[in-house]
Amino acid sequence: MSKSDSLQGSLDLLVLKILSRRPRLHGYAIMTAIKDGSGDVLSAEEGSLYPALHRMEEAGWVRSEWIKKESGRRARIYELTAGGRKQLAQEESRWQTVTSAVNRVLRTV
Amino acid sequence: MSLWSRIANVFRGEQLSREIDEELQSHIEEAIEQGRDPREARKAFGSVLRKREETRDVRLIAWLDSVRADAVFGLRRLRKTKVTSAAAILSLALAIGASTAAFRLIDALLLRPLPVAHPEYLYVVAFEGAHAVSGKAMTYDSSSYPMFRQMRADVREQAELIAVSYADRTDLTYRSDQEMEKAYRQYVSGWMFPAFGLRPALGRLFSAADDLTSGQQHPVAVLSHDYWNRRFGGDPKVIGRTFRMGDDLYEIVGVAEERFTGTETGTMTDIFFPMAMKNPATLQSSNNFWLRTLVQMKPGVNVEPIRERLRATFRAIQEERAKSFTAMPQRRLELFFKEKLLLEPAAAGRSNLQRDYRPSLTALGVLVALVLLIACANVANLMTAQAAARAREMALRVSIGAGRWRLVQLVLVESAWVAFLAAAIGAILASWSAPFILSIVNSPDNPARLALPADWRVWEFSVVLTLGVTFLFGLPAALRASSVKPASALKGGEDPHSRRRLMHALIAVQVAFCFLVLFVAGLFVTTFDRLSHQPTGFSSERILNLETVTHRPQPPVFWEQVAEHLRGVPGVETVALTVWPLMSGESGVGSIAINGAAPAEVFADFLKISPGWLDTMKIPLADGRDFRESDANPTVAIVNQAFARQYFGGENPIGRSFERVEVAGTRVRFQIVGFVPDARSRDDMRLPIRPTVYLPFPSSDGKGGFQPTGRGDFIVRTVGANPLALASILRQEVPRARPEFRVTNIRTQTEIVDSKTVRERLLAMLALFFAVVAVLLAGIGLYGVLDYSVLQRRREIGIRMAIGAQAAAIARLVTVEVFAMVLIGAIAGLALGLASVRTIESLFYQVKATDLNMLALPTLAILAAALLAALPAVLHAVRIDPVKTLRSE
Repeated sequence: MSKSDSLQGSLDLLVLKILSRRPRLHGYAIMTAIKDGSGDVLSAEEGSLYPALHRMEEAGWVRSEWIKKESGRRARIYELTAGGRKQLAQEESRWQTVTSAVNRVLRTV
Repeated sequence: MSLWSRIANVFRGEQLSREIDEELQSHIEEAIEQGRDPREARKAFGSVLRKREETRDVRLIAWLDSVRADAVFGLRRLRKTKVTSAAAILSLALAIGASTAAFRLIDALLLRPLPVAHPEYLYVVAFEGAHAVSGKAMTYDSSSYPMFRQMRADVREQAELIAVSYADRTDLTYRSDQEMEKAYRQYVSGWMFPAFGLRPALGRLFSAADDLTSGQQHPVAVLSHDYWNRRFGGDPKVIGRTFRMGDDLYEIVGVAEERFTGTETGTMTDIFFPMAMKNPATLQSSNNFWLRTLVQMKPGVNVEPIRERLRATFRAIQEERAKSFTAMPQRRLELFFKEKLLLEPAAAGRSNLQRDYRPSLTALGVLVALVLLIACANVANLMTAQAAARAREMALRVSIGAGRWRLVQLVLVESAWVAFLAAAIGAILASWSAPFILSIVNSPDNPARLALPADWRVWEFSVVLTLGVTFLFGLPAALRASSVKPASALKGGEDPHSRRRLMHALIAVQVAFCFLVLFVAGLFVTTFDRLSHQPTGFSSERILNLETVTHRPQPPVFWEQVAEHLRGVPGVETVALTVWPLMSGESGVGSIAINGAAPAEVFADFLKISPGWLDTMKIPLADGRDFRESDANPTVAIVNQAFARQYFGGENPIGRSFERVEVAGTRVRFQIVGFVPDARSRDDMRLPIRPTVYLPFPSSDGKGGFQPTGRGDFIVRTVGANPLALASILRQEVPRARPEFRVTNIRTQTEIVDSKTVRERLLAMLALFFAVVAVLLAGIGLYGVLDYSVLQRRREIGIRMAIGAQAAAIARLVTVEVFAMVLIGAIAGLALGLASVRTIESLFYQVKATDLNMLALPTLAILAAALLAALPAVLHAVRIDPVKTLRSE
């Protein structure tokens, strides 16, 4: 439970960022990227990724597509839209503001 | 975009779920492929079902999805209980259809605003007076042209007054006289079109300037869009064409906007004429009341001061007019001065059809609403009974976590299915029945032409009605279903009485309304029966009226020549001549003086007839003789019994004389040569037959000769039973006898007489229909409730039978409560009926609400229906096999 909490509020940002660097990923790959990139610090109940992905698609930040993999299975892959790029920029700057503010507080107290 | 995709996803829910499942599944498979332990991977993923639901909720509108699910489930349930559902839907459809039809008629005739600029500023001038003989209050809305001009001048600053004549049917021709056709015409003030903000579809409309060109220097006319389409197929070359009406040639200068069909709701005007085109004598006469005065308030002006202003003007006009009434009886003069000007809203136009049908349509509307409520109570009972059978299902839903609101929604959605299916069938019923009812109102001679559009007003009404109905019958069942207590319901022992109490209350309501409908229907049917069996005093059998006009007034000898020619046509029994048909609505009145005394207060009707007319109409002579060829008007007269009663104290008037007093005071003396029983000449069946004077058809010109006449009515009694079979032959024979003569209208006498009770017939017919529906619905409702209560109490009945209860006791057990409700309902209905029927007393004739018959009939009908409805349930109850019932429980 504490593990999933560690992602609270930043899942959207991470997904958008990952997709901006590496387009056309499926859900599992995104999850792996979060885990690996954070050295296993940030992780959540893996399934939680999907409501978030679908919500972002409804919001028009990402778009999805079904592809056929070499193994013959179908997979749904995601990529960023123009709206998603804008959203990413916003979320990133918001994140920076918040973390620097929090850091300031931590330093001064 | 997103909203649309979320709405769309609601309707592809299955596919959506499949896709999400596939995606989630591929995640786990990917993990296993990467070499992770399957159990660990599944655990790390979390609950697939929950993630799917969460994702799904993101992709669609969750509440809409739940409604959709309920709708699918509801439809499945309706299909499962086919008979009950069909009964509910059909009974409701009947009621909704009737309501919609009633609304369409009421809306079209009474509510829909005229398609003009600011209809809410429109009023009509009316006058309230008292009937000279009966003293009853009555209103009329006609003015003379001088009166209109004076009123207009007096309020010019605050309001625009518009004169519109009563729409009437006239003869006109675009070619020769032999090709006369009929059209509805209306004379209107030239400034009406600009004041109403109407634009021409073609050519130009009138302006104030058209009203200034007095007389017929340059007669112009504007066609209605509808007439232009019907008569000319929308030909744009119609502008500039001419037609002849009377002796004048008119030029068509324009076509009005499509939406505007005149100000007289129920009559569509074909041709508009400027006021100035009316003949000058009529325009100048202050005694000729031939037009309505519409008042268009300027924005922001108060009605009250205008009314006061117009009242003052009217008073001055009355005083001026009274100066010429030298021979007016005192009482009439007093009544004349008591007349009061009214200003009535006319946003929906103003017509006699509205006046005649307003109370009837309102009464029908109330009856329909009652039937609708009965149907709702019925469906509510059916749903409640079903809810009982579903108590366990509901309890189960609550136990596995469904919220109360979800249960309410579930039942409401199911109710909505019933209501919307019923509304759909009802709309079909209404689209057929509203024009059908209108066609009954129509007499072939003077058809009511009322636009019955199925536009947004009708749709709005239907949707609001359907939703209202859904809540009305769905909510009680829904609330009851949602208040289920899972523990007791699943054990199978909810309090069985609580549900029955609701159903019983609904039964009482149903019976009360049913009683009311039956009661009112009985009154309407009796009224029609009494009215249509009113003796007319003449025989209308096989009588054909040929209403005839001549090019110029023709001497009586030519009229007689035509009559003689018609007598020679095979199939004709007798022919006589008069001015207009009996009971056609036209009448001539005059003031009577006896022995040189002051004029009597009661006026008499005057009708000119030829020798043989009495015989043709089968009015026997009580004494004296019929007219002879040599008789002329004045000097001889035949009078009826009402006349003798009124002026001679009921004595035989043969040999006596009376004087007819003109408005100016001149007196003309008549010798009474014949005495006949009463025959109805006026068209109001509710009033007693009036004193009537028959005069010879030819009028003396005072120099030993006869005055020529331009219009008359040939009365033909045919040999064959269907007089209309001769109509077309006779129409051709008239001009053949003399080319100046032309038949303008042919009507059977039966048709004329029947048309006087059309409204009552319509009311009686529809009320009877609603009464049958109401009894049927109440019967079905009663049956349903009884049957349900037997089903519910079969364990109790089984025990009672096992310990020795008799069949009679069982029958009493299952029916006593319901019959108590029927009784309560009937008493409530009776009280309601007696209280409310006063408001529509004017629609009744020779029948009182307190007549014992009128009360006994509905009571018996309801009792019979109740007994019939109870029979199956009672039989079911007494046939219960205690052994079987008790074992199964």
